[in-house]
Amino acid sequence: MSAETGALPPSRLRAESPLRRIASRPEFGALIGAIAVFLVFGILGFSSSANLGFQGGFLSLGGAAGYLELAAQVGILGATVTLLMIAGEFDLSVGAMIGASGMILALLLGTYGLPAIVAVPATFAFALAIGALNGWLVIRTGLPSFIVTLGTQLILRGGTIAVTRALTAQTIVTLPASAKDDPLLKLFSANLLTIGTARFNIELLWWLGVVFVASWVLLRTRFGNWIFAVGGSAQAARYVGVPVPRVKIMLFMATAASAALFACITVPQVGSANVLNGTGFEFQAIITAVVGGTLLTGGYGSVIGSALGALILGMTNLGIFYAGINTDWYQVVLGLLLLMAVLVNSYVLRRASGAR
Amino acid sequence: MSNPPVPHDNAPFTLPSETAERIAAYGDRAAPAMPVAGTPVLEARDVSKYFGRVIALEDVSLTVRPGEVNCLLGDNGAGKSTLIKILSGVYTPDKGTLLMDGQELTLQSPRDALDRGVATVYQDLAVLPLMSISRNFFVGSEPTKGWGPFRRFDVGEAGRIATEQMLEIGIRVRDPSQLVGTLSGGERQTLAIARAEYFGARVLILDEPTSALGVKEAAIVLRHVIRARAKGLGVIFITHNVQHALPVGDRFTILAHGRLAGEFVRGQVNQDELLRLMGGGEELTELAHELDQLMSADARTVEEAATHAEAVPTSPDEPLAAVEAEEVLPPEG
Repeated sequence: MSAETGALPPSRLRAESPLRRIASRPEFGALIGAIAVFLVFGILGFSSSANLGFQGGFLSLGGAAGYLELAAQVGILGATVTLLMIAGEFDLSVGAMIGASGMILALLLGTYGLPAIVAVPATFAFALAIGALNGWLVIRTGLPSFIVTLGTQLILRGGTIAVTRALTAQTIVTLPASAKDDPLLKLFSANLLTIGTARFNIELLWWLGVVFVASWVLLRTRFGNWIFAVGGSAQAARYVGVPVPRVKIMLFMATAASAALFACITVPQVGSANVLNGTGFEFQAIITAVVGGTLLTGGYGSVIGSALGALILGMTNLGIFYAGINTDWYQVVLGLLLLMAVLVNSYVLRRASGAR
Repeated sequence: MSNPPVPHDNAPFTLPSETAERIAAYGDRAAPAMPVAGTPVLEARDVSKYFGRVIALEDVSLTVRPGEVNCLLGDNGAGKSTLIKILSGVYTPDKGTLLMDGQELTLQSPRDALDRGVATVYQDLAVLPLMSISRNFFVGSEPTKGWGPFRRFDVGEAGRIATEQMLEIGIRVRDPSQLVGTLSGGERQTLAIARAEYFGARVLILDEPTSALGVKEAAIVLRHVIRARAKGLGVIFITHNVQHALPVGDRFTILAHGRLAGEFVRGQVNQDELLRLMGGGEELTELAHELDQLMSADARTVEEAATHAEAVPTSPDEPLAAVEAEEVLPPEG
């Protein structure tokens, strides 16, 4: 063997500078994007906020609290949706799941007067069950998850509206006054820190927690390696002994659970649940993942990238407002960001995989 | 393996001396066959597999012993893939039995087969290009450390072992987190073979490992087939390329139309016979005949054209064409 190792062919990889190494990571584009968006809206917001008469603009603590809140909410969804997308699947039902689980929480607390200790676990149990059903349907039918979860999205949203109206004759259900001081609900929506007018809520910790756990699972556990393998090629993964159905079903349960978490955070904050809550968030979560460097075709991506993507979404949303631009333009900017991100991703990927 | 390769005229690639000798042995039909004795490590006995009304396999048997390479040959659609999927636990046979070390067994899943030491390297699915070398090496069998909810994928250990194992197969990895997409086709196949060996495979099933590769890369893979054989693994080498099968095979199993078309030990057959049995022989003879006819027809056309050309005055563009040709030529050195 020694003779063979002595005559080794040289490595086919050029030595790489640390900078190039960082530049070929999936989240690199999102990092540059986040810095650029911050600078652009920082400058625009600074110059125009004086004219608009706001107390502090985009760069103030109030501004930070504003975009961090938006980022945290979409980021909680984005983290689990990213894992699912790396495994090669979509979940278009997360937006409807926010509406459905929020309504279940409000109905149990408000209409039926149950304590939070019952209502919150029931909400999560419902979400996990629907998530498992999504996964089971995708595995069982072999159909694209895009179509299967589009179906469950319509069923969930329509069911939420129909059942809520049948039970309460309304589409908005308010929480009882006592919910404000419920310690369990405070765990999801308490105010963490208030500096002047800047309010930082506990959802920021939830966001950091979800991102940390999701990223740790992806990069540092066997299950994470399976996620990459399943997305890279489900058949290859099966042949090396990865339990493909289990991986996918668990990830569908995770996205549904993150939607329930979203609902448990926002419903007590607002004090009521609307049947239309969460509309469009399924796409925002996917945008977060893609801006963060995750491939639409699966097998490659980053949870940290999706957190940066969520930050970009939050900063853009609020930045446009502070810059005095009509917020109707938000979606236009979002679309441009998405297209740019896809282009950067394909470039980074070509670099990383050594393709010419 | 450390011997310098023997130069060999007309050899498609440089082979290790031992292999070259074995090729030479085919010319000399008197060379004694050397079948490996002992109980087969893996055996399929009279297995059949049907897909609806389609007969994919009918009464096919195959054996492989430790330290033996059994080449499974056959044209596309002969049933090679179905047979190896039965051997690697993807399908269960409708009839017939599988035996390991002479004991009957049922393979429940690919994982079950892997746990029993039957590792399969698929042509297209050998590795995952968007995953790093170390992640690929350990996918499905990740080393872990810690306990309970803190049990985690031991990234450092995985990287170290993967680098070490890649070095042993002759690929120097600067960075185990390098994506497998950066490796060449031959390197990817050898990575998959090295992985199977590392995880204690006793039987290595290689599904068309050389068919998508260039000459040099195929040589790399064949070298590792011989190496695995020397280590005492039973190797089932699936190919439709007789030139790749002959130098490495101890035993040849030929499938045609889902049935066994012949079984030989080394020295009993030559290339033409193998081709004929695979069902491509007649077609190739026919093709050669047709090509001959076409060529002679072509030759006539060229002759006619030449006669016509004499009448045509020399083209004024000719000097220009010469210059262009010169420009196209690469500079010397």
